[in-house]
Amino acid sequence: MAGSADVFAIGVGQVPVGEHWELSIRDLAVEAGRRALADAGLARVGAVYVGNMLAPTVNGQQHLGALVASWLGQRQAEAVTVEAACGSGGAALRQGYLSIRSGAHEAVLVLGVEKMTDCVNGTTTAALAMAADAEYEAGLGLSFVAINALLMRRYMYEFGVPRQAFARFAVLAHANALGNPMAMFRKEVSVAEYMRAPFVADPIGLLDSSPMADGAAAVVLASGELARSLGRGQVRVAGSAVATDYLALHDRLDPLDLVAVRVSTARALGQAGLSITDVSFFEPHDAFTVMAVLCLEACGFAGRGEACALAARGHFDRGGALPICTMGGLKARGHPVGATGVYQAVEAVLQLRQEAGACQVQGAKVGLIQNVGGSGATAITHVLVRE
Amino acid sequence: MALQLPREWRWRQERYRLIGGRCRRCGQAFFPHREICPRCLGEDVAKEQFSGRGRVYSYATVYKAPVGFEEYVPYVVALVQLEEGALVAAQLTDVDPTEVQIGMPVECVLRRWRTNGPDGNIIYGYKFRPRLES
Ligand SMILES: [Zn+2]
Repeated sequence: MAGSADVFAIGVGQVPVGEHWELSIRDLAVEAGRRALADAGLARVGAVYVGNMLAPTVNGQQHLGALVASWLGQRQAEAVTVEAACGSGGAALRQGYLSIRSGAHEAVLVLGVEKMTDCVNGTTTAALAMAADAEYEAGLGLSFVAINALLMRRYMYEFGVPRQAFARFAVLAHANALGNPMAMFRKEVSVAEYMRAPFVADPIGLLDSSPMADGAAAVVLASGELARSLGRGQVRVAGSAVATDYLALHDRLDPLDLVAVRVSTARALGQAGLSITDVSFFEPHDAFTVMAVLCLEACGFAGRGEACALAARGHFDRGGALPICTMGGLKARGHPVGATGVYQAVEAVLQLRQEAGACQVQGAKVGLIQNVGGSGATAITHVLVRE
Repeated sequence: MALQLPREWRWRQERYRLIGGRCRRCGQAFFPHREICPRCLGEDVAKEQFSGRGRVYSYATVYKAPVGFEEYVPYVVALVQLEEGALVAAQLTDVDPTEVQIGMPVECVLRRWRTNGPDGNIIYGYKFRPRLES
């Protein structure tokens, strides 16, 4: 792509993930957006891309693009909502990237927002199941958790891995969240607590699952020229790729092989001219422990059936060979679905600017972030590097 | 979500007769039917009515149900691999959750899926129940 613009992440903002009874979806979005613009030192952007999954069903609101842009003081800006289920935030980031890369805009705001606590649980559970195939999965009573539980059970069977081996991913996520003031759960959990927690959809227990939450996060992307003029040229988005697969598990030839994850990772690293051994830290889509496992294996960070054994040896801890979920991941930072992909980007920028505080990965130079829609039907992978 | 009769009626071939498809080029069987083979991407595909016999490929017990399924909790959902090779997602019925295992033989039966609200239509479709090894 000779002649096309480099893309820099010049500002980030986020609100704490949690249950924000006093804040609406609009309040959350405006707060995160204002923080990101202030961090970038920029008043105006050419476009606003809003990642969101549930607003139409849980909040009774569509048309978030114009809503958020106008309330953020960006009247007249180009603005749309981008939807790819739980991958909506990453998909919005991808649109922002393309927008700068193509030269259409000099600066854009990418904002992920989700307000999940506006409905009672059963409604939100049904809304989340819309990430799956409505006619051949959700309509039969398969909750989104159940679909992931089918993957976990099959994984345990094929690779002879006991359920307890997955606990390590919950334990490490909670340990990492301790130092993140924006995380929902800042409290450690033990393997014993993991085993005692009730089932949501057996074999998935409460501590395999990321929590429903409210949240909003935002990133300002800009061209290299603008980034340098603002003194904000520290973090470049060096790779950006999306790949897709069937929504339904039964349509995939091998449900345990997340093809979209594999392909988007290879594309994004290829664009950056890097390989997986160059990655300093990885933010996987650990909506469930089994998704962390399958994503690590599909990316090539672990052989098939081997991710749990590597985790047991501390490989993925903050001081390990490949730190993951460095600020708590979906499990402990929280998973406000459509906002999650943008939280990952915010966290990667903080790591690469050496501003991650107690969560800092020493010597972080290359961050890989990955947001997944559904049980692997959309995979969005970005590579961020410190310049 | 009230009047959905046309939507339910549209799926009667798949739901009540278990009609899927098979690729004439690579032999892959799949459910539901589609015009493009998910394995080789060939377009020479034919409809096929499956036997309804298969084995549990994976399963999960649901304790927290989506709206419309609360009354069934706990219930077992599964991926069933049919004798023809296709995978189908479905609920298991007439079974104790503790007796389900991967590889367990099952067969297709017609059962109530859910009711679309107090005044809505009752939706029927395929479920799978254990069968004796034959
Ligand atoms: Zn074929």
